[in-house]
Amino acid sequence: MRVRVVALALALVGAGCGARDRAATAADAPPRFGFGRPATPAEVSAWDIDVMPDGTGLPPGSGIASQGAALFQLRCAVCHGRTGTEGPAGPLVGREPRQGFPFGRNPRLVSTIGNYWPYATTLYDYINRAMPLNAPGSLTPDEVYGLVAFLLWRNEIIADTAVMNARTLPRVVMPARDRFVRDNRRGGRTIR
Amino acid sequence: MTDAPITRRAWLAGAAGVLGAQVLPQAPSTPAVPPDPTKLPGAPLSPLGQRSPFERPRRIPMGSGQGISLTPLQDLCGIVTPADLHFERHHAGVPALDRQRYKLLIHGMVERPLVFDLAALKRFPAVSHLHFLECSGNGGVSYQGIRPNVSPQLVDGLTSTSEWTGVPLATLFREVGVKAGATWFLAEGEDAAVMARSIPMDKGWDDALIAYGQNGEALRPEQGYPARLLLPGWEGNTNVKWIRRIEIADQPFMTREETSKYTDPLADCTARLFSFVMDAKSIITFPAYPVTLPERGWWEITGLAWSGRGRITSVEVSTDGGRHWAPAELQQPVLPKCHTRFRCLWNWSGGETTLLSRAVDETGYVQPTLEQLRAARGAGTRYHFNHIRAWRVQADGAVVFGLEG
Repeated sequence: MRVRVVALALALVGAGCGARDRAATAADAPPRFGFGRPATPAEVSAWDIDVMPDGTGLPPGSGIASQGAALFQLRCAVCHGRTGTEGPAGPLVGREPRQGFPFGRNPRLVSTIGNYWPYATTLYDYINRAMPLNAPGSLTPDEVYGLVAFLLWRNEIIADTAVMNARTLPRVVMPARDRFVRDNRRGGRTIR
Repeated sequence: MTDAPITRRAWLAGAAGVLGAQVLPQAPSTPAVPPDPTKLPGAPLSPLGQRSPFERPRRIPMGSGQGISLTPLQDLCGIVTPADLHFERHHAGVPALDRQRYKLLIHGMVERPLVFDLAALKRFPAVSHLHFLECSGNGGVSYQGIRPNVSPQLVDGLTSTSEWTGVPLATLFREVGVKAGATWFLAEGEDAAVMARSIPMDKGWDDALIAYGQNGEALRPEQGYPARLLLPGWEGNTNVKWIRRIEIADQPFMTREETSKYTDPLADCTARLFSFVMDAKSIITFPAYPVTLPERGWWEITGLAWSGRGRITSVEVSTDGGRHWAPAELQQPVLPKCHTRFRCLWNWSGGETTLLSRAVDETGYVQPTLEQLRAARGAGTRYHFNHIRAWRVQADGAVVFGLEG
């Protein structure tokens, strides 16, 4: 009997379980502790608001520039100005400089949606998650699509008749899309 | 604070000329103390300590809930930043969060989408590490439109060091079971901006924490209470505060804060995306504006150095505008991705000169000059201003921020 108990204990140690009720080391830790609980589909969908450049995450709904224009005056103009350029918040509209992308050379240049933002889907994502500043998360999908259409039209990127929805928005090519590069700094002697 | 009697006198001498429009703390009115404290019983015990009424370090807040507040680097000693003086940068204010209602959701490319409440996070094996946290916009005033009347706080006050306690993100990744092909995750906060950044999975597996402790107590609300992402050495904005959701994916999400903001326009007419690591940097915090040195003779130059790529291996100081450089002493402990305190003795002859510091990290990276950085990135770049800082000492002892050389 005694021999069998010792053999069993040795087998447990050998299996990496450690002896119960004794202090163990990190090496004894299980692959998973099993803490936390399963997320429900409702919990995930309530919080999963992000939109990716390929359109993943865009909800049903649609809007055009004229619808967005009316809403912009009501909800956005107080910070962004009547046409998206007057402030007091930074300008949203503007295509200059149209040639090159000289922001790194000229500290006076101001970036806008039209001259700097690489992805149109980011507009939907950001307006939906964070705007307007005094009532974030209060806009319906149709309202967000309308505002996105208005801002893209004001920046001369889409026509005033273009309908923005989950199918069309990811296809909008922003003027600055190909201006962005990945970080090439690696430490060492070279200043990049 | 480095040197109480003289520094205080020096500070007051400097401050006298600049108060007014300048946002500096008012010199405190002298608190009442007995003529001989040994002849009166002292104050009773208390449940919560307070600073001496003679000490009034303050952050400098700028802007509303979307602004910044800067750490008073010149008032601090050692490497740790008191939690109530840790810098702030928020995108929609500080949210009021209830620890009982807090939960962290991890989903996406995982075997088991899971929810962790605070008790569950704290039940996992914890680690504590000292790390700096720096806003990537820190030092912008030293790159464009340089002014002489700025203190270390106003130049570089968007960096702080804390001891962070939490659970390694790798532990949570093992709990949810990350699927093959996952390369990025989205980290998202519970603030009114629902601030979100895409982070490579490699960093999550490497040294990322879900931190709930700061300098021995719970996180301050301004630092992400009850839990935040901590990515040692990476730009502050990626260390998402008030973290409520992590979504694992096979591509970056391209949020506003990693495209229209926190990208670095370069001289070659491109813009750098995902410039995560904070390169090596240093700043002398004494003597520095608004100090006026009251007399020539021996002074200790001191400051902070740090690198997002590991340990600081040396800091060199020049007291003659860069003609000669001498190694400063590095105060132990010298920790990776952490503020390092440096000190250097200086016998000031009373003449006009310029003080500089230059940090080197374990990769061999040498803190560049302003000229080198402008050549590499362009005059219009918008973040990561880690060039050498200069303080001009005038013949009357007044110290002002200035150009190198």
